[in-house]
Amino acid sequence: MTRAIGRRLAQSVPLLLIVPTITFLLAALIPGDVARTIVGANASQAQYEQVRRSLGLNQPLYARYWEWLGQAFHGSLGTSLFWQQPVTSLLNSRLPVTLSLVVGSTAVAAAGGAALGTQAALRAGALGRLIDAISLVGLALPNFFLGLLLIAWFAVTLRLFPATGYVSLIQSPGGWIRSLVLPVVTLAVPGTAVIAKQTRDAMSGILDQPFIRTLRAAGVPRRSIIGRHALRNAAIPVVTVTGLIFVGSLSGTVLVESVFALPGLGGLAVQATSQHDLPLIQGVAVYFTVIVICVNLVVDLAYSWLDPRVRVS
Amino acid sequence: MNAGPGLALRRGASSRRSFLRRLLRRPVAVVALAFLLALILVCVAAPLVAPYAPGSQDLADVLSGPTSHHVLGTDSLGRDVLSRLIYGGRRSLLSVAEGLAAVLVLGVPLGLAAGFAGGRADRALSRVSDMVLAIPPIIFVLVVVAVVPGNEDAAMLVFGLLGTPAMLRVVRSATLKVREELYITAARLSGLSSPQIVRRHVLPRISGPVIVQASLFAAYALLFETGLAYLGLTVDPSAPTWGGMVAEASAVIEQQEWLLIPSGTLIALTILAFGLLGDAVRDVAVVADDAPDRVRRPVRFRKAAHVAAGDQAHLPAGRQAALLSVRGLSVSRASRECSTLIVDSVSFDAYPGETLGLVGESGCGKSVTALALLRLLSAGLSVTGGRAHWSGRDLLRLPDRSFDELRGSALAYISQEPQASLDPTFTIGSQLAEVIRRHDRVPRPAARARARDLLRQVELPDPERTARAYPHELSGGMAQRVAIALALAGRPELLIADEPTTALDVTVQAEILALLRRLQHETGMALLLITHDWGVLADICDRVIVMYAGQIVEQGVAQELFDGPLHPYTLGLLRSHPSLARPGQRLDALPGRVVPPGAWPAGCRFAVRCRFARDACQAGPVGLAEHGDDRLSRCLRVEQVLEEVSAR
Repeated sequence: MTRAIGRRLAQSVPLLLIVPTITFLLAALIPGDVARTIVGANASQAQYEQVRRSLGLNQPLYARYWEWLGQAFHGSLGTSLFWQQPVTSLLNSRLPVTLSLVVGSTAVAAAGGAALGTQAALRAGALGRLIDAISLVGLALPNFFLGLLLIAWFAVTLRLFPATGYVSLIQSPGGWIRSLVLPVVTLAVPGTAVIAKQTRDAMSGILDQPFIRTLRAAGVPRRSIIGRHALRNAAIPVVTVTGLIFVGSLSGTVLVESVFALPGLGGLAVQATSQHDLPLIQGVAVYFTVIVICVNLVVDLAYSWLDPRVRVS
Repeated sequence: MNAGPGLALRRGASSRRSFLRRLLRRPVAVVALAFLLALILVCVAAPLVAPYAPGSQDLADVLSGPTSHHVLGTDSLGRDVLSRLIYGGRRSLLSVAEGLAAVLVLGVPLGLAAGFAGGRADRALSRVSDMVLAIPPIIFVLVVVAVVPGNEDAAMLVFGLLGTPAMLRVVRSATLKVREELYITAARLSGLSSPQIVRRHVLPRISGPVIVQASLFAAYALLFETGLAYLGLTVDPSAPTWGGMVAEASAVIEQQEWLLIPSGTLIALTILAFGLLGDAVRDVAVVADDAPDRVRRPVRFRKAAHVAAGDQAHLPAGRQAALLSVRGLSVSRASRECSTLIVDSVSFDAYPGETLGLVGESGCGKSVTALALLRLLSAGLSVTGGRAHWSGRDLLRLPDRSFDELRGSALAYISQEPQASLDPTFTIGSQLAEVIRRHDRVPRPAARARARDLLRQVELPDPERTARAYPHELSGGMAQRVAIALALAGRPELLIADEPTTALDVTVQAEILALLRRLQHETGMALLLITHDWGVLADICDRVIVMYAGQIVEQGVAQELFDGPLHPYTLGLLRSHPSLARPGQRLDALPGRVVPPGAWPAGCRFAVRCRFARDACQAGPVGLAEHGDDRLSRCLRVEQVLEEVSAR
């Protein structure tokens, strides 16, 4: 098991390298003067030169890249131009917000989607069409629009939840949950729709399998057939999709954290973009990549736990 | 051979035309297309269509809500929402077009190259695109926006670049499929160059998946573009954008909730239109590819059907109390248009401890009969008549809950696919223990102990190890032994075995049959054995029922039936079986095929394949008639059959 995890992690190294490479290349190759953008048109030549130096733009691309990699290897992602603080400490303080949001919304989507999809697989007609309709709408509604609608109804009109802001778990567990309900629901809606569809299709396929018939004929009750045997087999493809949903929610945080004014990585990335804070954006890219790699690892482990056929002996 | 490629070559052009026609026959596709076309037209003609200039303010009339002057209301600066939506759509649609162009220009050629060239280039492209797909694209676009702020064209082109791997994958897999087809080979043999083949034969065939992917990408691109605009990251704030209008509405959400609705809804509708268009194209393309139609069949565990009592077929009086007494069992397949009879008034008895063989070619309704008795018919099939008496109760009409009590303890079942009939995700021991606990109501350790006993009883060499194994670690023969152990767990009185040896090696077949015979001896259970193998029947059956085209055509004690078949079908089956033929006897193949359900004639269903048939056979239904002690035959020419058998 440990060896399988080790091998997966080793396979992730190229992914970890390609992301900063692409961000470096993009920043370097796009026509435009980063330093000028940062200092603005009215700045003095001295200010301009200073920013150029702090970005390392006076060095050739490969030298900058090499230096950045060397630093990253030692756990440093540089200094934020705007905040004048180490990028890692800025990001670490915001990581819990984003993780609560993304883990929460993926969990909601997985539980809700699996329940809906199972029901749709067992029942003909209406429920299946309802899921189709919900998933169409859920996928078409932009999350920033949905978030604002939820704010309008549940925060402004009904005053059930705070419209924006974040309360940390340590400060107040109740407040933490209340501050996360609307953003989690916003992020979970499209995921729920996708997982429900996937579960329904997987479940329909599994219920046609001969082993369902055998176990049923041997006297295994319907409850166990569906809840234990069919669900576990159907979960195998659903787990893969859930991993993709997690990564999708991660990019969703960029908008949803802005809508709900949550101090997370996504919101920080947006701020950094409008402040032209390249080291900080690059840092967010690295953090996102690490999260994606971790999720893929968890998906792999879940996969081999669910399906003995892919288990490494 | 000559006609094949020729026909296939013409397929490209004609299928394209009919593809469009089929697409336009779908209301959803028409509505989505019309919506998008209208949107594009209105946005292009914005200065002509829009009632106000996008920036014209009416500060006396802010946040008005819908009025006759402002159909969709005004914003916080008194600007007309409808006009701003029309002008804002220009930027959004242009952005979608830019992203789409990047995806098509890069994705399609690269995908074609990967699919056609294969080899190292293909692997390298796949590796890179896998990696790019793993990362949320927004993060890369933010880098671009940070470097060149306000340049939405650059942002969308990069977004398109990041969408390329998904398109590449789609094109590659479609190309791979087309590449193997006959007409491509034919075109290549006829001397066309690769680019020519791609243009004339491959592109038309992969256009379906490409359009699907393109519309999904368009939906995604619009979602993305409006998101960027919402964040205020793309253009200067004064120009109207859809996303920017949502952001403006959010600033005044406490005073005026309506303002959120027009812009947000329009974005959602446009995304929906792209998505629905993609779905419709996919559905049409799937049909065009002649893929098996994937009809969802959601109903599985159906309630006990209301069954009409079938006509009571005449049967000889039983020797002793029958365990199971089936009368007039009929099963139909219902589709939207019609209902087709598959099993037609089947009646028989099964006695305690006996082995009853059910024989016939594939498609005669043997398995369906068995599954109907087990109430395990697949969706779409239902019992439409008859009774099945089991110790005073009718199996076909019992409430679900009561029937569930009988599953495994009265009736058990083993299927012809031993490996597929075990849950791949649980160990053998855990599956057995679950069934045992259900029947014996014992704690886990006791269930585990009995599981090992059962595995020993079915002669598995190492019960401990087998209990820990997963189904995929077993051979077919071992898996069938496990399936038998599962069936025995509830100590059933009747075991229904549906071709239990068909999928196994010949040597293993004999072992499994011997095992079944031994178990039957030990437990005293009755066995209903479905097979098309006369060797199996001859080996272990006491009585035999022959089925043809949904009906019982002959029934009798096994030995008598072998020595003197009373139905031409039985005779034909026997004559075509090598191991049952007498030395020197010629082997006859049975000509023709089983008449499928729905095409059954009014008269004798076997008549078209029968040497003995006369006009009278086809005149009307032929009944099942008694011939001596416990012999039944559904034939008007029994005497001629008998004559021929005794003449040999």
